[in-house]
Amino acid sequence: MKKVFEAPKSLKDNLFHYCPGCGHSIIHRLVAEVIDELGIQERTIGVPPAGCAVLAYNYFDVDTGEAPHGRALAVATGIKRVLADHVVFTYQGDGDIAAIGTAESIHAANRGEKVTAIFVNNGTYGMTGGQMAPTTLPGMGSTTTPGGRDVVRDGAPLDLTQMLAEAKGSVFLERVSVATPKGIRKAKKAIKKAFQVQLDGLGFALVEVLSPCPTNWKMDPVAAYEWTDKEMTKIFPVKVIKDITGYDKD
Amino acid sequence: MAKGKITIDREKCKGCELCVSVCPKQCIAISTGLNDKGYYPAEFSQGEEGDCCTACTLCALTCPDIAIEVYRG
Repeated sequence: MKKVFEAPKSLKDNLFHYCPGCGHSIIHRLVAEVIDELGIQERTIGVPPAGCAVLAYNYFDVDTGEAPHGRALAVATGIKRVLADHVVFTYQGDGDIAAIGTAESIHAANRGEKVTAIFVNNGTYGMTGGQMAPTTLPGMGSTTTPGGRDVVRDGAPLDLTQMLAEAKGSVFLERVSVATPKGIRKAKKAIKKAFQVQLDGLGFALVEVLSPCPTNWKMDPVAAYEWTDKEMTKIFPVKVIKDITGYDKD
Repeated sequence: MAKGKITIDREKCKGCELCVSVCPKQCIAISTGLNDKGYYPAEFSQGEEGDCCTACTLCALTCPDIAIEVYRG
């Protein structure tokens, strides 16, 4: 029998430290599959965030450079400007890219840095134990909003990707979800396109991936995936937010 | 004759049950025995007819821990 599905070569054969059912490891795999398919493993440099994915260098079999919390896009800017023939991507969570790193993210997009950002949105601070993130949904419980997020008191969820659409340098922004097999396939296409934008030197590309966090949402994995698909997409609709790449629509 | 088969790495599996939930033919169940990490891993069976798996790859696509390999033919 012919093997039709196996682990991508750009991932090391290490056991993920992520919790059972975590979306991070699916997204790691998709990024690695795209790196394999584009044949860029030898010249790719990743910049992991502070957060659950801080140990991403244990899994990606590419060069990585760690960044201070939130500053992945600033670090990626430096790497890309010095090593322009390399492919540079950041892998950031919502607390990283949309809270402490908001300034760096907006300015990197505005300058049109030729890097690819993978923005993992799970609506919570996973590593520190489930505090409210900028992307926490209204009414959603967290350790800092035990009664649920109150929009009047805590503000509404921040739609960073939509904000980046206003930036002149952003070329391709898409929101996808890994909550269903169909969504996972679409997510991979979007990630591949975001890398292609960089290879073609068009400008800044970002893919926001809605990703379940069963542990901090206090749900079992199957329920968390359903909740992501049904509830999270109401506030963060899955769609292409900006696309001025000029590639043919597929 | 089965169209496909999968292998599940017991020690990589964390028993999240996502593969069980997406398998259209219910070929996957949760094992009754623990693995080394203390999880109940998923287990594959071709069923009584011996041709359960169609190699649709949905389980492997969904598996967060890349514990599943799929074979077709």
